[in-house]
Amino acid sequence: MSNQLAQSPLDRWHREAGARMVPFAGYDMPLQYSSIVAEHEACRTRAALFDVSHMGRIRFDGEGSEQLLDHLLTRRVSGMPVGAVRYALICNSDGGVLDDVLVSHLETPSGQRYHLMVVNASNHKKILSWVTAQLDDFPKVTVSDRTQLTAMIAVQGPLAMAAIGRLFRFDPTRLQYYRATITDQFSKPVILSRTGYTGEDGVELIVRAEDAPRVWENVMLAGREHGFVAAGLGARDTLRMEAAMPLYGHELDEIIDPLTAGLRFACTLKDRAFIGDSALREIDRSGPAKKRIGLLPEGKRPARQGCEVLDVNGDSIGVVTSGGPSPTLGKPIAMAFVSAHHADDSEFKIDIRGKTVRAMPTPLPFYQRPST
Amino acid sequence: MTRDESKLLYAATHEWAAIEGESGDRVATIGISGFAIEQLNDLVYMDLPEVGRSVAPGEEFGEVESVKAVSPMYSPVAGEVLEVHSELPDQLEKLNDDPINFGWMIKVRLSSDEGIDQLMDHEAYQKQCAESQ
Repeated sequence: MSNQLAQSPLDRWHREAGARMVPFAGYDMPLQYSSIVAEHEACRTRAALFDVSHMGRIRFDGEGSEQLLDHLLTRRVSGMPVGAVRYALICNSDGGVLDDVLVSHLETPSGQRYHLMVVNASNHKKILSWVTAQLDDFPKVTVSDRTQLTAMIAVQGPLAMAAIGRLFRFDPTRLQYYRATITDQFSKPVILSRTGYTGEDGVELIVRAEDAPRVWENVMLAGREHGFVAAGLGARDTLRMEAAMPLYGHELDEIIDPLTAGLRFACTLKDRAFIGDSALREIDRSGPAKKRIGLLPEGKRPARQGCEVLDVNGDSIGVVTSGGPSPTLGKPIAMAFVSAHHADDSEFKIDIRGKTVRAMPTPLPFYQRPST
Repeated sequence: MTRDESKLLYAATHEWAAIEGESGDRVATIGISGFAIEQLNDLVYMDLPEVGRSVAPGEEFGEVESVKAVSPMYSPVAGEVLEVHSELPDQLEKLNDDPINFGWMIKVRLSSDEGIDQLMDHEAYQKQCAESQ
């Protein structure tokens, strides 16, 4: 009954492992294998494997690629050395966010250089058409969608790096944070990137679709004695929430600009021209009208996306964008946009489906891994 | 006394009811099925009604929340809430082990038969669960 849902190259593994599958952005993906909390804790204390093949992977080849990406992104891509990875936003001309993306500058073993952009699954088609619409001005650039041909696997957790160290020709522990390289695993080509979406150390691997089950199994085997588990979209969401990483459709959308979302660090506004630049410069000058904050609702009941945030007098000043129980803290956490002049209030209230609870502000992120 | 799950009545929305007593003074004990609890997984919060509230069949009497989502719970019967298992929300982890004994949520004094003929026996409910898998 998979009515036109796309399948990950790892679909069979998930089903054999007893995963509960859910439709997500046109893909049938694992929500959880056992318990979301158990998978979350495994990632925080040991390591977890996530199939993130549903994310879009778009390759840029040819002269002018850097200029095209500079035109599209809130940060500079030209001048990025081979091996660098950069987080940036794609905005519309009003500064609203079309997507948040990672761009890597890579070099194949034969010496060919290209850029790879990883986009959110839910925005994949939109970004492809947005990029294609710009191509007239960049006639030598080739844009190819690599999503169906490849799979993407995230290995995240404090034991991830040590356990997978010998799996690849290139030792991943030599890779710095936000660096990527092309290597191979028993002659299967792998893009190895020291990035992630959990707040833990780890890597993300991009492999050929046909190699994905073998690579996944090999990472699982390497991690067996370290207690690696497979984790689904459920744990991925609670992990990113604790790490206060924005999720498109929650903290980001076409109405929200990156400065309001608290992503000033991902915008280079000086001496640059890109789509949305003047809108963003204006917001930067006047200051965003809203601010993203962290809240700890009292009690056990989680506040969810859409719950209204009130000031101490009960006046509506904002809205929860993401919220749920934090398995690490053992209590509910929430991120919210509140009007800028209330952002430093010492106390808030949240209307959780008709019941008002007190919520204390807390610095983001809710969880930060111990520094090593 | 241990309840026998095969003797319970079930709503399509996964609540169970154990109806005891003589006509005119009947009390329904209500909870949610083990199947529903397993589907919800990782429960974090439960909201139960006050004693004295009246409920109608299909009316929301409380909600249960997992890591991922909030689910309303609906009364399978008509009547007045006589007793509430108020310790349950603080011991949600025990609900997994014993949804029909320890896991009872409310007792309702029936005001009529309304809703009861809509409920399924254990066999029919199991069939519904198997089909939804």
